[in-house]
Amino acid sequence: MSNKVIYAIYNDDDILMDAVKKTRAAHHHIEEVFTPFPVHGLDKAMGLAPTRLAICSFLYGCVGISFATWMMNYIMIQDWPQDIGGKPSFSYIENMPAFVPIMFELTVFFAAHLMVITFYMRSRLWPFKEAENPDVRTTDDHFLMEVAVRDNEEELISFFQNTGAVEVKVIDKH
Amino acid sequence: MYTFSSKLKTFSFILMAVGALGIGYGFYTAPKDIQEVEKILAAESHGGHGEAKHEESKSTDASHEKASTEKLVLADDKVANTAVGTAAVVDDSTQVKVEAEAIQADSNIKRETHVVSEEKEHAEHLNHVLHQLQNKPWAAFYVACIFFMLVSLGVLAFYAIQQVSQAGWSPVLFRVMQGITSYLPVGSVIFFIVLLLSGLHLNHLFIWLDPEVVAADKLIANKTGYLNFPFWIIRAAVFLMGWNLYQYFSRKNCLAQDESNDNLNYKKNFNISAIFLVFFIVTESIMSWDWIMSIDPHWFSTLFGWYVFSSFFVSGITIIALVTLYLKSKGLLEHVNTSHIHDLAKFMFGFSVFWTYLWFSQFVLIWYANIPEEVTYFITRIELYNLPFFGAVVMNFLFPLLILINTDFKRITWVLVMAGVVILAGHYLDFFLMIMPGTVGDRWFIGVSEIASVLFFLGLFIFVVFTALSKSPLLPKRNPFIDESKHFHY
Repeated sequence: MSNKVIYAIYNDDDILMDAVKKTRAAHHHIEEVFTPFPVHGLDKAMGLAPTRLAICSFLYGCVGISFATWMMNYIMIQDWPQDIGGKPSFSYIENMPAFVPIMFELTVFFAAHLMVITFYMRSRLWPFKEAENPDVRTTDDHFLMEVAVRDNEEELISFFQNTGAVEVKVIDKH
Repeated sequence: MYTFSSKLKTFSFILMAVGALGIGYGFYTAPKDIQEVEKILAAESHGGHGEAKHEESKSTDASHEKASTEKLVLADDKVANTAVGTAAVVDDSTQVKVEAEAIQADSNIKRETHVVSEEKEHAEHLNHVLHQLQNKPWAAFYVACIFFMLVSLGVLAFYAIQQVSQAGWSPVLFRVMQGITSYLPVGSVIFFIVLLLSGLHLNHLFIWLDPEVVAADKLIANKTGYLNFPFWIIRAAVFLMGWNLYQYFSRKNCLAQDESNDNLNYKKNFNISAIFLVFFIVTESIMSWDWIMSIDPHWFSTLFGWYVFSSFFVSGITIIALVTLYLKSKGLLEHVNTSHIHDLAKFMFGFSVFWTYLWFSQFVLIWYANIPEEVTYFITRIELYNLPFFGAVVMNFLFPLLILINTDFKRITWVLVMAGVVILAGHYLDFFLMIMPGTVGDRWFIGVSEIASVLFFLGLFIFVVFTALSKSPLLPKRNPFIDESKHFHY
């Protein structure tokens, strides 16, 4: 079985969006879309499942606030209690207002950094990784849709030419 | 076009009638003289429990049970309020109370020379409590009056920001916002009358209006250049006039734009909105000092204006969301889709966090510095108003944070209505906490006056807002951004 795919290349995000909708309506399988910038609403048009990154972020935030609480309690109350501004550090809850900025900052820090790292791992991105995009123009001003071919090469080529693609080519993957 | 349903109209009339009765009852049962106060105090110290039960039965508020028992404990301790509030007074009044009981029991024998000064102090204390109790119905009325007026002002500011930023998503909601802001003139008139009555010494909400207090108080005396009745009432008149003029002309231009052939009215609205926002941001700060912060005239906070703003702004956005959802449920506003609702919910969430940020910023600096004249503000609130003080943070921060953080929840009507009601109640409580401690001190409880005031103004608000909504089409059809707004999707 051949592993052929079609690359349909567009030069406008609105035309791309319409093409994606038409392709989905015609029940062709979209493997991937490469764009130079995030196209609003593309994920919904492609029928991708909603991201669960937000849930991760919330959980990371919970980890952050817990870590901050533990850390400040250890540093300021247990390990080295001091009397700052007439407020001796004998109890975490009584000194809590002073620790709120740290709790807030670490919540944001954990949520943001771990969320980005999760995103990189999920997208299989790491330093010195070789780019996966099939056409360098997708990093500049072109949009590329990759569609699987199943013994319907001729039909697909004419279909994509009708969706406003500036270029349609068939590639044999491996 | 929306027609004001007779059910809702009746409901608003019932609220107003019940509210008016309750407010009247509150004024009628306020003590008239020192003898009545003496009886109340005696009843509290002897049959305190019965009194507390009685208060509880009046209230429908679930939080009240704990609050009132706390109040009882504090009443026994006789902690004085901020206006006088120093440690010395606390000690004195405990002593005075002990003496007072002795005097009552045995007044003839106790008449010796050293008792005279204590009697004088006792009379002063009674007078103080009398003022607090007489203030109570006034303060309850004042909280409701200023809250509903400021909520409509918050909507007006939100609306002006939409105009100036030429927002594409919101024009389908303009008529809803205009409907809500039409409460502003009504609220302003009532509010201005209350201010005038304060100036005529019919109540003691603003102690700096009392020349005797000013004469005995150096700190207030130094502020008389700013805090004096004529200047204060002129400022109020100018501010209220300015806001109402913008409200009137903005609505007028928006309606005229519907029928015109060019965008002249729209451009006019853009210009007056920009002018209004400049006027608003200055007057809003001054308004918060004049009408709220000056209730505690010794205390000041530089971010108070922002703090008050965040409170009524988020309440205003919540009201827009609730009214929009109500009209949607009646099958109106067909161009408002879930994305519009979602955006309003995001604003509710965001500004709840903004309020918390300011609440905490104000608190933490004063808490850390621990300077006596600043920290009394929070000590009064934490000691005498513990449950509502921290309850407001839960209602205005924790609850909206946890419930509105979820994307899907921002589109579900019942979740939004529930969150909206809690946010509104929380911010009402916030205004209660700004005004009550300085006016009634430890004599607070959520009773007939407080609930009736809310009901009255809520009824009036519903009546005015929905009457205004029924008077013009709900779609500003010739707004230049109306197409973008109709097709808005997130």
